[in-house]
Amino acid sequence: MYEFDYHKAKNVKDAVAIAKKQDEAKYLAGGMSLVPPMKLRLAKPGNLIDLNEVGELAGIKVDGKTVAVGAMTRHESVAESKDVKKAIPALAKLAGGIGDPQVRHRGTIGGSLANSDPAACYPTAVLGLGATIETDQRKIAADDFFTGLFETALKEGELITKVVFPVPDKACYIKFPNPASRFSIVGVFVSKKGNEVRCVVTGAGPCVFRVKGIEDALKKDFSPKAIENYKHPASGLNSDIHGSAEYRAHLITVLAKRAVAGAE
Amino acid sequence: MGAEFGIGASVKRKEDFRFVTGRGNYLDDINRPGQAYGYFVRSPYAHAKIAGIDAKKASKMPGVVRVLTGADLEADKIGGLICGWNVKSKDGTDTRMPKHPALASDTVRYVGDAIALVVAETYAQARDAAEAVKVKYDVLPAQIDVSKADKKGAAIVHADVRRNMAYDWEIGDKKATDAAFAKAAHVAKLDLVNNRVAPNAMEPRAAIGEYSASDDSFTLYTTSQNPHVARLVLSAFVQIAPEHKLRVVSPDMGGGFGSKIFIYPDETAVIWAAKKVGRPVKWTSDRAEAFQTDCHGRDHVTHVELALDQGGKFLGLRVSTKANMGAYLSTFASCVPSYLYGTLLQGQYTTGAIHCEVKAVFTHTTPVDAVRGAGRPEATYVIERIIDVAARDLKIDPADLRRRNMIQPNAFPYQTQVALQYDSGNYPAALTKALEIADYKGFAQRRDEAKRRGKLRGIGLSSYIEACGIAPSAVVGALGCGVGLYEGATVRMNPTGSAIVYIGSHSHGQGHETTFSQVVHERLGVPFEQIEIVHGDTGKIPFGMGTYGSRSIAVGGVALQNAVDKLIEKGRKIAAHKLEVAESDIQFKDGTYSVVGTDKKTSFAEVTFAAYVPHNYPAGLEPGMEATAFYDPANFTFPAGTHVCEVEVDPDTGGVEVVKWSACDDFGRIINPMIVEGQVHGGIAHGIGQALLEGCVYDKSGQLLTASYMDYAMPRADNFPTIKVDTIQTPCPHNALGVKGCGEAGAIAAPPAVVNAIANALNVKHVEMPATAERVWQALNA
Ligand SMILES: Cc1cc2nc3c(=O)[nH]c(=O)nc-3n(C[C@H](O)[C@H](O)[C@H](O)COP(=O)(O)OP(=O)(O)OC[C@H]3O[C@@H](n4cnc5c(N)ncnc54)[C@H](O)[C@@H]3O)c2cc1C
Repeated sequence: MYEFDYHKAKNVKDAVAIAKKQDEAKYLAGGMSLVPPMKLRLAKPGNLIDLNEVGELAGIKVDGKTVAVGAMTRHESVAESKDVKKAIPALAKLAGGIGDPQVRHRGTIGGSLANSDPAACYPTAVLGLGATIETDQRKIAADDFFTGLFETALKEGELITKVVFPVPDKACYIKFPNPASRFSIVGVFVSKKGNEVRCVVTGAGPCVFRVKGIEDALKKDFSPKAIENYKHPASGLNSDIHGSAEYRAHLITVLAKRAVAGAE
Repeated sequence: MGAEFGIGASVKRKEDFRFVTGRGNYLDDINRPGQAYGYFVRSPYAHAKIAGIDAKKASKMPGVVRVLTGADLEADKIGGLICGWNVKSKDGTDTRMPKHPALASDTVRYVGDAIALVVAETYAQARDAAEAVKVKYDVLPAQIDVSKADKKGAAIVHADVRRNMAYDWEIGDKKATDAAFAKAAHVAKLDLVNNRVAPNAMEPRAAIGEYSASDDSFTLYTTSQNPHVARLVLSAFVQIAPEHKLRVVSPDMGGGFGSKIFIYPDETAVIWAAKKVGRPVKWTSDRAEAFQTDCHGRDHVTHVELALDQGGKFLGLRVSTKANMGAYLSTFASCVPSYLYGTLLQGQYTTGAIHCEVKAVFTHTTPVDAVRGAGRPEATYVIERIIDVAARDLKIDPADLRRRNMIQPNAFPYQTQVALQYDSGNYPAALTKALEIADYKGFAQRRDEAKRRGKLRGIGLSSYIEACGIAPSAVVGALGCGVGLYEGATVRMNPTGSAIVYIGSHSHGQGHETTFSQVVHERLGVPFEQIEIVHGDTGKIPFGMGTYGSRSIAVGGVALQNAVDKLIEKGRKIAAHKLEVAESDIQFKDGTYSVVGTDKKTSFAEVTFAAYVPHNYPAGLEPGMEATAFYDPANFTFPAGTHVCEVEVDPDTGGVEVVKWSACDDFGRIINPMIVEGQVHGGIAHGIGQALLEGCVYDKSGQLLTASYMDYAMPRADNFPTIKVDTIQTPCPHNALGVKGCGEAGAIAAPPAVVNAIANALNVKHVEMPATAERVWQALNA
């Protein structure tokens, strides 16, 4: 690890102020994505701003229509929350399937979204439920948030404060894990809320994306049968030692069907 | 002796308390006064000329003690690393053993090849400075594909090795095999790849070199499965120091799996550097270095053919293999795809004629050497896969086809077509028992039930054999091995009755402290908790060859038993004197000497005390109670058995789940059934890992794409079903304990069992390892 300066933020204002002042500053949430590349000397931030004691960033609020999750809420808290389990069981299950217990007790939703790993789980729920990402400056619709490989709409120093998920009629996330990292080779999130259907894929592209072909078919008939013959084009999908583009394209339909069948 | 702690008891492992409470003494736990830290500058290219090394800036960085390069090594006349086994080619020529300097000075040959060692006050400073060492590379084309490495146009790894060929070896009778094939009713054929695996010991390799100017001696703390072999090589070949001036210490070790047998550039450079800088130098590999520089295993490309007669009898077996050696010949690399592979191709069967040829070739990849099983998993994979292909071709039940061809229990000793002589075994009995445990008969019902759930269920067998307890020194010597493969053990009794055992076998997770204590307790009656097992220090133990090839109990354990017997014989003289009878009247049982037919007796503890306080003592007998035995086995041992795997395949994704595992092994006599079962479980886990998950992948330029756990898939607990294992015990007839060894069995047996099960589930001929979901899906949709 290269040397860096460490700053402990007291509150959101403080965190943002430090970020403005320091060069090459990075927020430190759970550290699960940020620290490993630092240890491998692949990342070299000059300043880390620790958010772990910013109490106002953590916590879950559920009302009849929404589930709001603070940026510093650990995956484990979401997975174990009775309220989340009741309102959006798919979200609790998704959080409970991220990494291992150690990762889930450290990793946060804010860190996961800001990082936008191409194979991450949380972004599927955010886009798949049409959530809103709130920052110290503004509210960003999920559809505008994920812009590319490890790229988001966040500006330099912009801090995610919370994520507000509308409660769907039903939803489900199915992940086909990479046997090594256990991130997704492909993961599919589907949701239905009134007439709106969303189908979001992770692992197969530079970042999460919606699959219009599946959404259209499910709007007419929210059943696995409705998408049985859907064939996703392989071109443009990720292809690596863990799966070819063709295989990933195939998995999109298989997993979407399972997600529809499992939606609750 | 006491059933609770004697041979055959599942005694809890005495070493585990310190391990699970974080009190083990692993290499990185050791720190020496004045210690500096080393970090290696490594090649980022698979093949390049080194056009220049500029360490000026690095040398002046904070904390830097010294930057050492290959030129310094040469100036000090430090020799290169060696390969200890000369395997002769078909034409009688020697194995090509190209130079392997600890620090490359003109050419780098794989990504990770060490170029310089930076020594600094802290690890971080050494690493910072290593990044500042400027190496100018002229990048050259790299040869990565093993199947083309000996072809025209291949990039040449060593200028003095034509066509990259280390050797072109054969075993068996080609003529007889051709004749067998000529009269075959059916020939089954298969091309297969045995995938390259990384050893992945939990504790990475590490070393501390220390030099003492006062007596001009060196101490090397290193993660070694065989510290005396390390000392021998570093003395006699590398010329660090004469043996009496070099002590090698290998303390608690977090796994080896073969990868810590070898003498690597890293510890060689570290021990040499210690004298140069006049301070202890410590190096600890990180995980990325481990993936790139720990010797890999397997990596064979093979064509196999099996000739059968009308009745399904195996007439002949023909095998042609290309084995990847990587960039240099590691310490025992040459014997793995030859004498530990071709000699095992008889399997458990009466195959009438066998011929095997192996081309060992260099590529610009990490060196390949022994990994758990070493050669024997590759041989077993070839045999057990081709049998299933034949069974499928001929529509014969695979268990039945195996049984028809098995060597019968009354046929021992059995001379194979490929040099070995099997000493004992009962293969049909192990098969029968394994099939019972597996409820083989009930499989069809389970398959139908799985089908209703949308899953394809398959069953696969693997009836393996291995040659363990390596090895009779005369035999391996005749085959080109540079060392003997005996083992040494000393038992030192203390006056108050406790015992210390000094043994050449090295424990790195196997539970030797428990197993060897049981052997001593059984014979001498020394209380279990009063027996200390000391290993891994050339300053303490007798010259020993170390632990690999499942040899610890079968060679080290027998040396220990023989040393114990020497003590008993000495004690008999003392007892006879004390009890005032002739030696021949004394019998020894359960730790007590008694006079036959009387109630006169004295315990081994009392006799020991007398030996150290010899007030009333036989005239002419030396005081003291200590004995050393060296044991050179008369033959290999031959553990064998049958494993049965059941898988369920998800046809939509190709995902494979191992749902049932049943096994019956024959390890001869068993000292600690719990430890043995643990070894078998670990081996099966290793083998399932190779079959389903693991595999080193290089890109065309020679970059290792699987250099972290993000990309290299290790098996985890949820990859396994409950494993059901049992044993039969046909004692080894040629060693005093009747033992055979168990550490590699699972890793040898498992891969073909898994792949056979998958092929059965899909009704296809073959799926390559690792049988990833995508590969299985492709096979289903081919
Ligand atoms: C072994 C392992 C397995 C994993 N498996 C999975 C998996 O299966 N699925 C999955 O989805 N993820 C997985 N992860 C990733 C895990 O979910 C991480 O926790 C997550 O990606 C990052 O969260 P973090 O809180 O650790 O963020 P950090 O690592 O602390 O930060 C990540 C990035 O986000 C930025 N950041 C953090 N918080 C904020 C904020 N509030 N506002 C703006 N920027 C911020 C940081 O500056 C940094 O750039 C795994 C990680 C590991 C180590």
